[in-house]
Amino acid sequence: MSGAARLLAALAAGLLFGLGLALSGMLDPARVRGFLDIGGAWDPSLVFVLGGAVSVSALGYALSRRLARPALAETFDLPTSRRIDGPLVLGAALFGIGWGLSGFCPGPAVAALSTGAAPALVFVAAMLVGMAAHALRPR
Amino acid sequence: MNAYLPALAGGLLIGLSAATLLLVNGRIAGISGLVAGLAQPGERRLSDLAFLLGLGLGPPLFAAMAGHWPLMRIEASWPVLAVAGLLVGFGTRLGSGCTSGHGVCGLARLSPRSLVAVLVFLATGMLTVALMRVAS
Repeated sequence: MSGAARLLAALAAGLLFGLGLALSGMLDPARVRGFLDIGGAWDPSLVFVLGGAVSVSALGYALSRRLARPALAETFDLPTSRRIDGPLVLGAALFGIGWGLSGFCPGPAVAALSTGAAPALVFVAAMLVGMAAHALRPR
Repeated sequence: MNAYLPALAGGLLIGLSAATLLLVNGRIAGISGLVAGLAQPGERRLSDLAFLLGLGLGPPLFAAMAGHWPLMRIEASWPVLAVAGLLVGFGTRLGSGCTSGHGVCGLARLSPRSLVAVLVFLATGMLTVALMRVAS
């Protein structure tokens, strides 16, 4: 039973995320690039999106610290690493370049698949190849 | 200010999504991590897939409520989109997150790693757009 409830909660949370992206204008790569274009006609929308999202997310995190466990799972599955290292910085730098080139980051790109936009499909397919390349990279 | 009301309201919904996923399922709403995690067998895979399915249903739900599809202006050519996708896929795995995992969730947890990641991807994103402006 809790398995089905967990699926439903995940589906509902995903729906809220996708709805939020659509409402906020973040599905529009031109608008996202407008935010990154500080030398041009800068569009501050993303500050409002991120500000709103981080504040509610922070409330949720603060509440989670007072709870022994999540409502439908055994543990809170949170990242534990605190090391600021080369891979973190290099990875974020590469991501930023791809974000600037296209105006797409993973959330909006995945959400945009349902609009049937072929360019979003091209981006997501390449993103999966990039993820696979990371998983298969020689170490 | 009114022009930014939908942006703020959409942001609040995204935050509500992240808070719900954390408080109910104990998971971080980091899209790149959830997508990459689909390749890992385990009981979480199904619920992560359910989240991503919901994410995809968001735009059609918006269209049903608003009476029009959300605006999507994609300027990049397919080759540029392919290169960008490769960089985003590889970079988000190497850097352990994207705008949602490091931005929406990591900043909310005051994670120093996420703060550094957000500053770095904002900087390289802005630099990329600036260089493209100069080149064109």
